[in-house]
Amino acid sequence: MAAKTHRVLPGFGLALGYTLVYLSILILLPLGGMVLKASELGFGQIIDIALGERSLAAFRVTFGASFLAAAINAFFGLIVAWVLVRYPFPGKRFIDALVDLPFALPTAVAGITLATLYAGNGWLGQYLEPLGIKVAYTPLGIVVALTFVTLPFVVRTLQPVIEDIETELEEAAASLGASRWQTFVKVIFPAIFPALLTGFALAFARAVGEYGSVIFIAGNLPLISEITPLLIISKLEQYDVLGATALAVVMLALSFILLLAVNVLQWWTANRHKNSEPLEVTAAKAGGVSA
Amino acid sequence: MALLRKSIVSTLLALVASVALADVSLLNASYDVARDVYKDYNPLFLKYWKAKSGETLELKQSHGGSSKQVRAVADGLEADVVTMNQANDIEYLADKGLVAKDWAKKFPNNASPYTSAMVFIVRKGNPKAIKDWSDIAAPGVQMIIPHPKNTGNGRNTYLSAWAWALRQPGGNDKSAQEFLGKLLKNAPLFAAGGRDATTTFMQRRMGDVLITFESEAEMIAKEFGRGEFEVVYPSLTLQTEFPVALVEKVVDKKGTRTQAKAYLDYLWSKEGQENAAQNYLRPRDPELLKKYANFFPPVKTFTVEEVFGSANKAFATHFKDGGSFDQIYQSK
Repeated sequence: MAAKTHRVLPGFGLALGYTLVYLSILILLPLGGMVLKASELGFGQIIDIALGERSLAAFRVTFGASFLAAAINAFFGLIVAWVLVRYPFPGKRFIDALVDLPFALPTAVAGITLATLYAGNGWLGQYLEPLGIKVAYTPLGIVVALTFVTLPFVVRTLQPVIEDIETELEEAAASLGASRWQTFVKVIFPAIFPALLTGFALAFARAVGEYGSVIFIAGNLPLISEITPLLIISKLEQYDVLGATALAVVMLALSFILLLAVNVLQWWTANRHKNSEPLEVTAAKAGGVSA
Repeated sequence: MALLRKSIVSTLLALVASVALADVSLLNASYDVARDVYKDYNPLFLKYWKAKSGETLELKQSHGGSSKQVRAVADGLEADVVTMNQANDIEYLADKGLVAKDWAKKFPNNASPYTSAMVFIVRKGNPKAIKDWSDIAAPGVQMIIPHPKNTGNGRNTYLSAWAWALRQPGGNDKSAQEFLGKLLKNAPLFAAGGRDATTTFMQRRMGDVLITFESEAEMIAKEFGRGEFEVVYPSLTLQTEFPVALVEKVVDKKGTRTQAKAYLDYLWSKEGQENAAQNYLRPRDPELLKKYANFFPPVKTFTVEEVFGSANKAFATHFKDGGSFDQIYQSK
């Protein structure tokens, strides 16, 4: 580094060193150990384990259900966050606190509760099953459990960002003649989209690794409703630690690629947004189009 | 500096204290639903040991899924004794050199102080007229069991049905596998574990029959009332064993061999056997079995060794990846 940048607060070196050590001990070390263990198997063997019929089906169920759950939460979580930030109403603090509950509840408790609710004689299941909608012990049940567990990620990521959007921007857009839809699509949505993506990615990543809540509602039928973490446990039950790590490594790699893709998308949209024009101009343009 | 020294000293003292305590403390690593049996057994043994040797022991219990417990012991959990519900779990420890190779011969009865049997739990009045394994494989019947590949309870059910099919006229491995295929088609789900299967059947009212340990039936009666279900004994079922073993490496290191061995031996005493019976596990003692005959109606059973050679062999043939269970679920 040629030019010494001036910082108001000292301690950059110390903090960076601390960060690296902390992350290494907490994340890199265990993950490295896992990859090392899996490398006792050849690459071909790992691929064979990952491409088995059961494994493939489980990957489909795990990633598919996680994607759906994250998408559902991106939509409804956005509405919840918006309501919680923008509108005053009685009991708001209470509702706000409810959002965090899925974090606090042991996931097995969540799974058992959901299974009881959605079973054929449950409070919700008794009305759904006559309509032909089976939730408990089907892949749909997995989506429900994952949606429950990952709700806070989207809401809590979006809230501060929505708080930062000044209502003046919306007023400006409106006064310049933008319709409500245009205000949302051209002014508000671009501002919150990066945070929405982050929330989606966090929810997705959490869902992929979820085990405790899912196994109680999934039904766990081979090729239909087995999730990858269950297959990993199944291998551990056979004392096949190597096979279990192989599956885990493949799962980790897939998750990493997907999260990386989300990050790139986020970086790209944020950059495009930054390079194009300030919000006010977008607002004016939005108004101009409709005029 | 003084503070530092003080804290070091107190830490050392605490360490010494815990070591001193550990001299007379035993850890029993056990399977999940054994809680009640050993909760009642431990005070009995403490009293017996105090009277016999004057020594006051501290008994600690660790419970969890059988295989999970065994992995913990293999990874260094210092359990003096293991009391499990599957022989192949103890075999794993024997392979690792923690338990004697001939552990099954170190105690009477295959080192299993009590047994149970896999039975059917059906709804009151038995509306689907389920009497034997073939009735469960009939179309329109739903069976609730835990995952046959991942849980001891599920594996026992699978092996019971396999042995029954083998013993039918003209039965062989092929016909047994076909029968299991038909049977498993009637499972709308595989529960996460034994208790989860019970909840699914009793509370969520899923299925026509639950297959579980005989001892679990009494738990269900306590929890849900006797008027809700009936117990059906099939014509042939598995006698499930609950093997125990000394963890040689740990007792040698801790110097607790005498106490740990006595702890296991006492399971075969009158008191130990009676405690098992009162927890609805079939005692080995024939007199007690007679005394509690109303809990334990006669049932024709087989052991895993009789039909499958050994627990390890049964596991390898049926539940390892690519085994008979996996073959049933391969699409043709």
